[in-house]
Amino acid sequence: MLGLIGKKVGMTQVFDAQGRLTPVTVIKIEGNVVVADRTEEKNGYKAAVLGSIDKKKSRCTKPYAGQFEGICEPKQCLVEFRDYDKEVKVGEVLGVDIFKDIAFVDVTGTSKGKGYQGGMKRHGFGGGRATHGSKFHRDIGGTAMSSTPARTFKGHRMAGHMGNERCTVQNLRVVRVDEEMQVLMVKGAIPGPAQSVVIVKKAIKK
Amino acid sequence: MDVIRAIEAEQMKENAENFSVGDTVKVFFKIVEGANERIQIFEGLVIAKNNSGIRRTFIVRKISYGVGVERIFPLHSPRVEKVEVIRRGRVRRAKLYYIRDKVGKAAKVPEYIRKKEA
Repeated sequence: MLGLIGKKVGMTQVFDAQGRLTPVTVIKIEGNVVVADRTEEKNGYKAAVLGSIDKKKSRCTKPYAGQFEGICEPKQCLVEFRDYDKEVKVGEVLGVDIFKDIAFVDVTGTSKGKGYQGGMKRHGFGGGRATHGSKFHRDIGGTAMSSTPARTFKGHRMAGHMGNERCTVQNLRVVRVDEEMQVLMVKGAIPGPAQSVVIVKKAIKK
Repeated sequence: MDVIRAIEAEQMKENAENFSVGDTVKVFFKIVEGANERIQIFEGLVIAKNNSGIRRTFIVRKISYGVGVERIFPLHSPRVEKVEVIRRGRVRRAKLYYIRDKVGKAAKVPEYIRKKEA
């Protein structure tokens, strides 16, 4: 599966040849270095490990920095891609051009943290009436049955922390690949705030 | 942010905004019908401009067979071929939404006449 590590730059819009507007998210690909190559003989599976975004050497532990020895400067972000479609060598720098012939991608990131939220925002519960003497506004309502089973089942949807979790948006259309700026544009929104690290992969369902 | 600015600058037309609110303009709008391409002209009063940068749009209002018609055009759209100013208007606000409720003479915008430099 082809993939790269990128940084979300932000959103804008582009006109196509017919003059139609497309909302796009801009993803910057910053020097993806192949740090390790996992092989069938040695590791029992095939994969490529990519690193991106420089990290100060003084901020790394020696074992962490050791992975990069003789290859490149230590990187902040290390991601293993299983069954990498492309033949890669350790030390090779991959650019955005590998997405040139790909129409759809999946983007994984960490969603924006929303804090502690109630059932209406977190799970889309309906809530109750605001007026006409109603005393039931934004509550979650009943959570269980009566004397049998006389308990609330595990995993019941309630208020709690929302956002700031890993999430993937699938099947985003690649609008443009700009090799000069090392930038990838996909149609629509992707998880997380601007400047956050995202993983772009070839769409698995297309 | 600079990357986004560069992408937007690529698509922006230069000196596209040659008119202001209150002007009567002709908008040359490209229409694609299958393989054919023709230009449709929409003539009316500019009652507002919104947003900035690549997202800049303007609203043109005209009265067609007694019915008010408004169209929003993206200023930098490749389908807006050009905007021709027919008459400059003298207005005192940025948004002329009040015109929607006016009829007859009250719905008119006086012409902007530049005083001769002495």
